[in-house]
Amino acid sequence: MTLFVFLALLQDGLATGAIYLLLAVGLLIVFSVTRVIFVPQGDLLAFATLTVAQLEAGQVPGTLWLLDGLALAAVLAEAYRGRRPRVLAFWLLFPAAVTAATLWGPRAAPLLAVPLGLAVVTPLGPLLWRFAFRPVSDAPVLTLLILAMALHFVLAGIGMVLFGADGATVAPLSGATLMLGPLAVSGQSLAILVVAAILVGALRWFFGATLAGKALRAAASDRLGARLVGIDAADSGARAFALAAFVAALSGVLIGAATPIAYDTGFEISLKGFVAAIIGGLASYPAAAAGAILVGVLESLGSFWASAWRDVIVFALLIPALALLSLRAAGRK
Amino acid sequence: MILPAYAVTLAGYVGLAAIVAIGLVLLTGVAGQTSFGQASFVGLAAYATALLPDVMPGAPPLLGLLAGLVLTGAVAWALGLITARLSGHFLALCSVAWGISFYSLFGTLPGLHGFNGIGGIPPLGLGPFSAADPAVNVAVIWAAVLLALLGARNLLGSRTGRALRTLAAERDMAESMGIATVRLARAVFVLAALLAALSGFLFAHFQRFISPTPFGLTASMEYLFMVILGGAAHLPGAILGAVLVVVLREELTDWVPRLTGATGSYEAMAFSLVVILFLQRAPAGLWPWLVRRSPAVRRAPAPKQQAMPPPATTPHTGVVLEVAGISKRFGGLMANNAVSFAVGAAEIVALIGPNGAGKSTLFDIVSGQQRPTAGTVRLFGRVLGHLPARRIAALGLARTFQHVRLLGGMSVRDNIALGAHLAGRAGMLRAILRLDRAEEARLLAIAEAAAARVGLAEMLDLPADSLPLGQQRVVEIARALCLGPRLLLLDEPAAGLRHQEKQALAALLRQLRAEGMAVLLVEHDMGFVMDLADRVVVMDFGQKIAAGPPAAVQRDRAVQEAYLGGVA
Repeated sequence: MTLFVFLALLQDGLATGAIYLLLAVGLLIVFSVTRVIFVPQGDLLAFATLTVAQLEAGQVPGTLWLLDGLALAAVLAEAYRGRRPRVLAFWLLFPAAVTAATLWGPRAAPLLAVPLGLAVVTPLGPLLWRFAFRPVSDAPVLTLLILAMALHFVLAGIGMVLFGADGATVAPLSGATLMLGPLAVSGQSLAILVVAAILVGALRWFFGATLAGKALRAAASDRLGARLVGIDAADSGARAFALAAFVAALSGVLIGAATPIAYDTGFEISLKGFVAAIIGGLASYPAAAAGAILVGVLESLGSFWASAWRDVIVFALLIPALALLSLRAAGRK
Repeated sequence: MILPAYAVTLAGYVGLAAIVAIGLVLLTGVAGQTSFGQASFVGLAAYATALLPDVMPGAPPLLGLLAGLVLTGAVAWALGLITARLSGHFLALCSVAWGISFYSLFGTLPGLHGFNGIGGIPPLGLGPFSAADPAVNVAVIWAAVLLALLGARNLLGSRTGRALRTLAAERDMAESMGIATVRLARAVFVLAALLAALSGFLFAHFQRFISPTPFGLTASMEYLFMVILGGAAHLPGAILGAVLVVVLREELTDWVPRLTGATGSYEAMAFSLVVILFLQRAPAGLWPWLVRRSPAVRRAPAPKQQAMPPPATTPHTGVVLEVAGISKRFGGLMANNAVSFAVGAAEIVALIGPNGAGKSTLFDIVSGQQRPTAGTVRLFGRVLGHLPARRIAALGLARTFQHVRLLGGMSVRDNIALGAHLAGRAGMLRAILRLDRAEEARLLAIAEAAAARVGLAEMLDLPADSLPLGQQRVVEIARALCLGPRLLLLDEPAAGLRHQEKQALAALLRQLRAEGMAVLLVEHDMGFVMDLADRVVVMDFGQKIAAGPPAAVQRDRAVQEAYLGGVA
């Protein structure tokens, strides 16, 4: 391998690693607030790519009807229980606005397709929380994990119905190519890195400086204590799922420009986010970041040397990470 | 003759799935661990079986079983080794990763024929006997199902079975009863993998063709779904779940395209929806529901055991426990600050102090649940250092917990018998083969004697969580007595007891003292403590503020200040 090829692979790996980092952050947020290991994050990622691709083609994406149906069901269920009118109003008006904008707006316009796609997919996060996880939010982690896996299969089935089996790509955020000596740096890679950096910075700000973010952190560190000072556990859960869904949707738009995404591709991508999160011990954000970059770069190099073994190489990374965690657990006892 | 052939094949697939599901009941339903990778174990053994003739021409098919078991067992053991100490969801997540990795390996490894698969696997045979007829093959499969069921049932009704039930939620308690939980968790994981391997061996000979497809993540999920639908904690639930999932899958693949015109596999989606509903509405699964609806099945009463005293112990003489300069820091909080005291043989020492004084932390340090930041604990003259809780239990220390730690659904008898774990030696294999009956009778006799001693003889068959809280504390005391301890640590034993029960407890503790046992107890009932204890150690804000005979301590100004917030 020449240095030139290596640098090109490194560039690819860094960009993919940044996506895994975003996914790992989403997983950590949801896990620490709700103890749910958010397996269906990958399906939302695929939904986002496929939704934006259909919008760009001028079609009305099926996920829009999924959003409307789930939101309506949520409104009916909450109204039946007499929940706060503000919540009801949001779940009535927001999907209505998105639907109107999709049906009658210039949905294929490059400036509209991506925001619309994000607006369709992001609310699916809290809706999934509402119907799948909230009814059993006190169940053991393992039960929640099995439920998450089952939900993945449901969403994959829905994805197959809505989008068919074929993969799709979306328009890149930037089609430019930057020449650094002999090395062509793609604008999309840079865009991914920039967006990831902005998002991570925004999340830092959200968790460090805003009341809503601090409330989420409180809910993550002590569920009962947070409840005692008036932080609603159900609301915290919905917010965490909304954040994770947004992060997943954005990742889908970013990665979908370079890689065709089909209804079932998202799952493996999010699994690699898991590998990064596990390397971070499901606890530490900087360690997860390092893990994500490592996974991205190794995958990129692996696909050059032995593409059939790419996934095996990435998942094999788990073994030293888990062994290390295991040793640490033994040392703490 | 078309329908019977179809029915026979279906019965074969149900049986093959049931064997894997039985392993998952042990792993998930009983021991509280989950694997999303069981299908890859089935696949490992199936490939080992199919490739055996290539590697070793002319080898008898049964050698394939051996090869499958050894290969799968070794892989599972290694995977268990790296995840056993981590909490359950690490194993589960890791299993997703290896499930995908193995699937991809089956498809790419040279020599495995990729996704074209391997055909022409001979039917099962032994010498002149050959199971080429599918009906015979199915009979063999179901014989294996019954054997697996019998072995699993034997295991659950044994010393190891009781210990397995602690793995889901009470590992700390189990360690303090002397149970090696990490090793046990790994053992049950390997056992579940071996059952999957048995299924894989039979699968290869039944279908006589294998490819990676039935060993992927979806297949693993289906095994898990069987267990959840059938009832994860119940062995018959595994069979019920296997029947439901396999039959439904066949019917769905048949009907869904006909009804909707859609192509593609939607069974996984349909199952998943059902499973989500079950997890939300009926997490116990179908089997308990069926049993409740059927006429009551009477269990034969357990044979009367010859009562037997707890394992004989030679009381330690002199100083039993010596706590020297123990400090424990949690971040900025000093839970214990240079605490020192000693407990002698045939002595009852009470540890008292306001809430948050650090008494329970000290208990945890002495019994090995926590490590001190500084200081040493000397038990029976031996410095404990980093000795794990189960080794300390084996030295002759038994304890109860402030927050009762019983297995609620299990009978009082079995809960108490957990304390007799160290009095037995039979492991998984002996339990599965029922070679442990003499020892098991002995352990149960120890438990019943301990129950009689604390006045629980009438309640042995009740589920532990049906007792009032005070009585549950007494169950914990009986469980601790089964260890035959020389030092007994009791954390608030009298809380929730009525007056007469407290007197009975005091009488029991005096009798134990007369037999030479040392007792260290934390208690808030001052009347109980002052009547009973030989010496009292008072703690406040992590420090020892007074020690001595009850009467002297009651007069101590510092003690009065701690309890009453200043003396007028």
